[in-house]
Amino acid sequence: MADSRPAPASKPFRVIEPASGWRSIDYRELWEYRDVLYFLVRRDIRVRYTQSVFGVGWAVIQPVFFMIVFSIVFGRLAGVKSDGVPYPIFSFAALVPWTYFSTAFTESTNSLVLNQPMIQKVYFPRLALPLAPVIARLIDFVVAFLVLMLLMAWYQSAPTVWVLTLPFLLLLAATLAWGIGTWLTSMAVQYRDVKYGLAFAAQLMMFCSPVVYPATQIPDRYRLIYGLNPMVGVVEGFRSALLATNPMPWDLLAVGAVVTVLVTLTGTLYFRRMEHVFADVA
Amino acid sequence: MGDVAIRIEGLSKRYRIGVRERSHDTLGGALTDLAKRPFRNLRRLRELSTFDDSANREDVIWALDDVSFEVERGEIVGVIGRNGSGKSTIIKVLSRITSPTRGRVELSGRVGALLEVGTAFHPDLTGRENVYLNGSVLGMRKREIEARFDEIVGFSEVEKFIDMPVKRYSTGMALRLAFSVAAHLEAEILLVDEVLAVGDVKFQEKCVGKMQDVTTTMGRTVLFVSHNMGSVQRLCDRAVLLHDGELLMNGPTREVVSGYLGLGAERLGERVWNDVASAPGDDTARIRAVRMLDDRGELSSDFDVRDPVYVQMEYSVLRDVESLNVTFEFRNERGELVFVSTDDSGGTQPGRSRQAGLYRSTCRIPPDLLNNGQMFVLAKLADGVRTHAERPDVVTFNVLDSMDPDGARGSYPADWPATAVRPRLEWESERRAETHSKV
Repeated sequence: MADSRPAPASKPFRVIEPASGWRSIDYRELWEYRDVLYFLVRRDIRVRYTQSVFGVGWAVIQPVFFMIVFSIVFGRLAGVKSDGVPYPIFSFAALVPWTYFSTAFTESTNSLVLNQPMIQKVYFPRLALPLAPVIARLIDFVVAFLVLMLLMAWYQSAPTVWVLTLPFLLLLAATLAWGIGTWLTSMAVQYRDVKYGLAFAAQLMMFCSPVVYPATQIPDRYRLIYGLNPMVGVVEGFRSALLATNPMPWDLLAVGAVVTVLVTLTGTLYFRRMEHVFADVA
Repeated sequence: MGDVAIRIEGLSKRYRIGVRERSHDTLGGALTDLAKRPFRNLRRLRELSTFDDSANREDVIWALDDVSFEVERGEIVGVIGRNGSGKSTIIKVLSRITSPTRGRVELSGRVGALLEVGTAFHPDLTGRENVYLNGSVLGMRKREIEARFDEIVGFSEVEKFIDMPVKRYSTGMALRLAFSVAAHLEAEILLVDEVLAVGDVKFQEKCVGKMQDVTTTMGRTVLFVSHNMGSVQRLCDRAVLLHDGELLMNGPTREVVSGYLGLGAERLGERVWNDVASAPGDDTARIRAVRMLDDRGELSSDFDVRDPVYVQMEYSVLRDVESLNVTFEFRNERGELVFVSTDDSGGTQPGRSRQAGLYRSTCRIPPDLLNNGQMFVLAKLADGVRTHAERPDVVTFNVLDSMDPDGARGSYPADWPATAVRPRLEWESERRAETHSKV
């Protein structure tokens, strides 16, 4: 009898039951809470630059200094090849997407632990937490990208028509950052090891991507295995599009896109599976 | 049968509490342990989120155990119980912060939760930015917040500071702002947990008023968790009593509150040091136990305002001394020192020399003296010159207002003011004349 009575049509009706197993993303709910994402992104942008002397300048300082150091150490001392373009723009064209990716996935990974008080006190779709920094850091990307434009003007280097693919490459990097972020942040709630290993993993991953050296250094027979790291395609794509070093690396991008989709799908699924215990174990 | 807003059926929630560490006593043991540790840690951390079949393991607690009740639309229902009885867990499950282990909840209407405040406030953001962030997290749309922004800020009384980072706010200001945001959420079902326990009295009054307002004029449903029997009795017609995760009572507030008061002794009202060497104190005297007793001599941590309260200390005197005094200091939840008492009072035992041995002193606080609320006891052993042992907050106890007219309150129906004490004094009233000519 209790079940036969329908809920009033105008009122939302919700049933809470034990959650377990695999659940897919609740897109409708995510859309309902889109303002949360908007304000989380705003918060992430604001908080990063309040009480900071250089403010958004930090988005430039880090890659610029890496570029200088890399140019001296790898460009001069080690004599690493740079596909025929000056080493500074060669490395900076890679550092711009790389820095975005590494800060985005690092902050995404830290998101749940950092927002622990929020998780324990209020419900909202938790997927917004690892997503917010991935979006917020796009500001840094844009600023660093403008500096890259200036640098290219200085070296009188003209981009190719493939710059039109940059939004797609950026989307690939952002999706990957979110995918890895959802995986790692779910684990970080329970295992603090993730936090300790994070900086180390980011560094390792940089050397597994063609940031300080060109992808052409990798023997052809390993090329597609190398491309399993989606950032290989992204970084090489940036160079090809902006500096015309090589033809667009479609093969690397195709492999990378497949891996990115897989990582993000499994990551969000794992996140959803673990979601109901976040508040209990965090 | 009315319109049910919240239906809870067989709700259970299991938590895993921390797993004990094993110790080892040889170097070999320590080394093999070091090697095995990562594996053991992994298992231990995994267990935080997974449960095997042995549900009766000792590291598992049932915060809620097969709880069922219903709340009708427009009702304010109080949820009462001691600390750890599962009150807050119910709110956490209903607001979807944590998921139940078993059972089912049906909610018809938009749900807003008001847990201990501060929720999503970020210290570096201004009050204004936090209102938006907090509002959206609670489930409000951006335009909804915009439309109600002035109302929210007005209610919180922090207009002047709204563009200042929240880290420069006082606790009270942040709290008021957070409450305002949640109170202006257009939810049909409001879940409120202990928020009124903090903040200044005037604002508390305002919050209680606001809550009455939303239910009576807007027909909203409220589930109200509180320690404050006064607020519960004032706001709620009905209450449920939880004890160790189980539903003990469900009925009219007055009955349930007296049921709560009758739950009797609890270990909270006692602190014992079995080992002299580690008991607080020096080589002259050490505190061995402090406990709260009711007039039947039984341990308790909750007392009716109309009942006497006994505070007892057992202590070891380790060498013969010329003089020694037992002192208790009583502070209320606002940190005010309400009074101090010592066993020397009234010259009851002149010449306070003590031979070595175990002693016991009991202090009786007369009925109808303390106001309702939580009290914190400091225990001290001292002579005229030196303090030998001192323990702040050694025990705490609650003084509960039964709202019955035979106490100091008489027929006064509302919350008693937050005075330090609430003595019941002798009064005489007479009619002296029929005219008003001369006083």
